[in-house]
Amino acid sequence: MTQTYGDAVTAPFWAGASEGRLLLQRCDSCGAHRFYPRPFCLSCDDDRSTWTAVSGAGVVYSKTEVQVKVLPGLAPPYTVAVVELAEGPRMTALIVGADGEPGPGCEIGDAVDVAWRPREDAPPLPVFRRRP
Amino acid sequence: MTRTGGGREVHIAGVAETALGEVHDQTELSMFALAAREALAEAGMTLRDVDGLFVNYMGEEGTVQVGEYLGVTAPRYLDSTDIGGAAFEAFVHHAMLAVAEGRCEVALIGYASRQRTRRARNIGGGAVDLDSLAAQFQTPYGLPAPIGHYAMMAARHMHEYGTTPEQLAEIAVAARAWARLNPKAWSRDPLTVDQALSSRMISTPLRRSDCCLVTDGGAAVVVTSADRARDARKPSVRVLGAGESQSHWHIASMPDMTVTAGAVSAREAFGMAGITASDVDVLQPYDSFTVTVLLALEDLGFCAKGEAGAFVSGGRLAPGGALPAMTSGGGLSYNHPGALGALLLVEAVRQLRGEAGDRQVADAEIAVAHGVGGYNSTASTVVLAR
Repeated sequence: MTQTYGDAVTAPFWAGASEGRLLLQRCDSCGAHRFYPRPFCLSCDDDRSTWTAVSGAGVVYSKTEVQVKVLPGLAPPYTVAVVELAEGPRMTALIVGADGEPGPGCEIGDAVDVAWRPREDAPPLPVFRRRP
Repeated sequence: MTRTGGGREVHIAGVAETALGEVHDQTELSMFALAAREALAEAGMTLRDVDGLFVNYMGEEGTVQVGEYLGVTAPRYLDSTDIGGAAFEAFVHHAMLAVAEGRCEVALIGYASRQRTRRARNIGGGAVDLDSLAAQFQTPYGLPAPIGHYAMMAARHMHEYGTTPEQLAEIAVAARAWARLNPKAWSRDPLTVDQALSSRMISTPLRRSDCCLVTDGGAAVVVTSADRARDARKPSVRVLGAGESQSHWHIASMPDMTVTAGAVSAREAFGMAGITASDVDVLQPYDSFTVTVLLALEDLGFCAKGEAGAFVSGGRLAPGGALPAMTSGGGLSYNHPGALGALLLVEAVRQLRGEAGDRQVADAEIAVAHGVGGYNSTASTVVLAR
């Protein structure tokens, strides 16, 4: 996956995803990480930031086990969570098992780590795996 | 006499429902036209009196197609604020200010939909624009919309405060008990907490019984000055205050999943009206989901944050309870046409006029209608008094 994916502001995030790296903008002035990508820091307004590989560690802020079919290729039940990254921002994500497949549940407060779910027509999707 | 912004006192002088349920013999435009004429008749007016249009979700360009259909060809105030189900209480806010300042005299607010007959709802909530932030960062995860968003709020509230599925079910049971007193309600069979808890799980912790109906329907509301309201055929009600706000669009961007934009919209509305929650005799909360009501009760100040589960227990919202709420049966059991806010205003006005039949709340003097849109993204609150 070498072609550009995303939009003018988010393309570096997806370029990182293509390499299996979770990249967030880190503000050069105040150090705050931000997600989703934006042209300046919402904490201090500074324009300068550096795309930085983050740990991929996080904690489940909330979750829901979905028991109806929503997307082709994603059979219920599966769990969608909002994960709060160690660096602060929150992301929506699927919870996957050790095999990388959706399905297993999680609890709010569970520690999770980023994993990557391959897609046919787009860069890998960041998902999260419960820490063993 | 309550006055707004130093301007004139503003009233709701007429309300009407459109045809409800499954509507096969009307279009959205004809449904709304008939309701508009009926609401204006209550106000002692006709369509020729309308000089302000507050409409959305009735075709492209906001107000324009409805205006043309109704023959309102030269209005002087237009508003099609697009904040989902919260638009209609926000329209009252905007109409109140416009009328108070003399920018229009007779504001027609409303909406009609045939989402049930058209089978227009789908659970994907997919972003149409493939470059959008939602398409990149949310839609690929299969979160059902809107229910999955509300499910995460419910799960977080349960985690932080020990709220239970039984307490959410109490809200659905209360709505159904009111619906059983409303001949126009869609769902009128008895409902118990146990029955609610045995309905199909959709997106944990929310079950079918936690979800609103999908029906055809709509409403028309006429806002005007106190002077013009004197000609009304039925008692008009005063608009004491209104407010609106918003919080987030993507679920990961909701600052606190247990706090909604209603905290701001209610603070603004109650502050303008000079009331607190304890002054409210009858409440019309936006019951798209049971948890929508749960969070609103806290954010509007009926109980402290985290206490709404206990608050709704024991039938407090039900007929005979201390806080009559969802008295039409609400979106959960009466009607939900995709944007419920206009119907909340109709029920609030009818309660204040004392014309709510078997479901009438005795001596209701102050009513609140609280609209919510999107994924608990937007909120608007209106305080009315007889």
